[in-house]
Amino acid sequence: MKWLAILLLALAAPAFADSNQPPAPLANVQLKDPAKEAQAQALMLTLRCVVCQGQSIADSNAEMAGDMRSLVRTRIAAGESSQSIRDWLIARYGDYVSYDPPLSATTAPLWIAPLALLAIGAWLARASFKRRRSS
Amino acid sequence: MLAEAGLAALWFAAALALLQLVLAGLGVWRSAKPALAHDVSTAEIMAAVRPVAVVQGALALAAMLLLIWVFARSDMSVLLVAQNSHSDKPMLYKVAGAWGNHEGSMLLWVTILGVAGAAVALLERSLDRRTLIATLGAQAAIALGFYAFLLFSSNPFARLNPAPADGNGLNPLLQDPGLAFHPPTLYIGYVGISIAFSFAVGAMITRDVGPAFARAMRPWVLGAWIFLTLGITAGSYWAYYELGWGGWWFWDPVENASLMPWLAATALLHSVSVLATRDGLRAWTLMLAVVAFSMSMLGTFLVRSGILTSVHAFAVDPTRGSFILALLAIYIGGALLLFALRVGTVKQGNTFDFVSREGALIANNLLLTVILGIVLIGTLYPIVAAGFGTQLSVGAPFFDKAAGPVALALVAVMAAGPMLRWRRDTAEAVLKRMTLPVAVTGIVLILVAMLGHVAVLPLLGLALAAGLAVASVAPLWMRNLRRTPLFTYGMVLAHLGIAVSLAGMACDTAFTQATLVAARVGVAQRVGPFTVTLDGIKPVIGPNWSALEARLSVRRGETGSVFYLRPQSRFFANPVTVTSESAIATRWDGQLYTVLGEPDGTGRWQLRLWWKPFVTLIWFGGALVALGGALSLLGRLLRARQGKLREGSA
Repeated sequence: MKWLAILLLALAAPAFADSNQPPAPLANVQLKDPAKEAQAQALMLTLRCVVCQGQSIADSNAEMAGDMRSLVRTRIAAGESSQSIRDWLIARYGDYVSYDPPLSATTAPLWIAPLALLAIGAWLARASFKRRRSS
Repeated sequence: MLAEAGLAALWFAAALALLQLVLAGLGVWRSAKPALAHDVSTAEIMAAVRPVAVVQGALALAAMLLLIWVFARSDMSVLLVAQNSHSDKPMLYKVAGAWGNHEGSMLLWVTILGVAGAAVALLERSLDRRTLIATLGAQAAIALGFYAFLLFSSNPFARLNPAPADGNGLNPLLQDPGLAFHPPTLYIGYVGISIAFSFAVGAMITRDVGPAFARAMRPWVLGAWIFLTLGITAGSYWAYYELGWGGWWFWDPVENASLMPWLAATALLHSVSVLATRDGLRAWTLMLAVVAFSMSMLGTFLVRSGILTSVHAFAVDPTRGSFILALLAIYIGGALLLFALRVGTVKQGNTFDFVSREGALIANNLLLTVILGIVLIGTLYPIVAAGFGTQLSVGAPFFDKAAGPVALALVAVMAAGPMLRWRRDTAEAVLKRMTLPVAVTGIVLILVAMLGHVAVLPLLGLALAAGLAVASVAPLWMRNLRRTPLFTYGMVLAHLGIAVSLAGMACDTAFTQATLVAARVGVAQRVGPFTVTLDGIKPVIGPNWSALEARLSVRRGETGSVFYLRPQSRFFANPVTVTSESAIATRWDGQLYTVLGEPDGTGRWQLRLWWKPFVTLIWFGGALVALGGALSLLGRLLRARQGKLREGSA
């Protein structure tokens, strides 16, 4: 049985990653500065792994997510702002890459909807209350 | 032979559902005509509906059991088994694998629907007879659509000739005890909501909307809500330990699909209470029942149509998608049409003072519905945008920003609600009763803010959770605890559970510490209060996988005793997949979460270590909420029984 395990493991090794390339340098290693790492982590949670099924790059095993994590950490370490990294990625991959949809003509209904819902709901609920003045 | 028997059972069940629909329709129609109402055959038609519903449920159950049986026997001549199972799987996953695929999960859906219908037919005694028959008719109409879906486009019993030597296997992410528990629980919740919906339809048909109807409907809504709560909690914990990155909620469309019916059911639960106690919010309660059911149908559609790619979407087949979309349109459209036609004749009922228990419950309904709307729009927006050729993503940042503040407002209302008197109260008196919770909220807010590094949302979350925890036990203050009704305990426990869960979420966001390293054997790593050393890596073999297993020796602080954690990287051959099995140490104050990643080729191994203080409170709180629901349900049933006994003796 043992030889089988070893055989399977030999087969398994390449399956860990999509290619046989070693992971990007900062894919799985934190930045030394905890504040910068926290900033990078917060940004990674809001970026979509574009080859995955609805995962952020902060929670994906995919090689591409690792590359993107490395990119985010490298740029944060170099002092770039989160917003400019997001903009750079959006310019490359489109709005799809950001879980935080920017406010634009196409996304305006999305951002206005919560306020509109609250207003409509409050107006509807009004009917259930007694009018104080009349009583 | 077994597969054919299963298919036959399904066809008979479908035929009985049709019969049930026709009989119920005829019965309700005849009994509404003065000339026919007292006819003997009207009574006979009505009397036949219940037995038909019971047999229909039994046949659906038989079909499901037969499917489980062919999976357990690994009968590869059945197409579904060959596509989704493998003889090397442990028995648990052969059995649970019966619903780990598209056809099987739809069969489970319709089975639970049939069994629930049978339960209504057997157990429901308090509802007006005509409304009950109409309810069973609505239930049959829903079932019929799903039988048609199964039989015409998703036959689980189709044969494969010649039978292959072995099957394709089950997605290893699903090969987990969670599979045995999570889908059935969630489906019972979804389907339970459909019963609340059928009640609403029945009541709209017979125009019998009032406190008696609300009292009959309440236990079913409560039951469904308990299962939805459990299903979501279990699903979240499963994702947490299985996916290997320490996340427990991803705002994934599939998760949202389970959250939306829960939000609607929570609102419904509270508005049913107002209807039962104070005969108000009639139209609103009916509307919420329709919305809750629409959300569970939409959830089924999103998950089962293949419109989303996820671990939940088993097969992508456009004809199935359009079939479910058609069902969705027919049911939701029909229900909304009926609502629109009848809402004119249903008075909203009593109106209330703004500062009163009723007022707080209306605010609860309003805020829950707004959160539901936000989740719905956020979930559907990318799909609709894709239809217009725009690719965009909506995720955690949107939901946090849009729904977060509303949810915190809801928590504040939750804290105040149970302290308010029914009918009429004064703002001064409420503020006086709220002194302690408000003070606790303020103190926690200041203490946590002094730590300096906690973001606004988790900060407010922690403070409000503390205030809510104090406020939620307030209904028990100064009361004779032995004479307090069980459902009051249920409410206290459920509200406390929300506070506990919220505290867990806030703690995880605010205090989690991560260490991601390429570790050499023997070199110690630090994460939170722990020192973790990689002792070595060895191969291990499981029933249908082989794995690399790391041994980590862990010590808490400088003096703690050493314990071992063994995260694995598992390799499955059927189908070929690698999964990371996290190893988690649970302590009273949190969890140490460890994952083994890839080797880097120079003798180092990728390790991911997280110390997550009080993260367990999230699921513990969820379990408390469900337990609170169960106590409430028990309390209501006991009270109803006592009421009946008293009537009998009088």
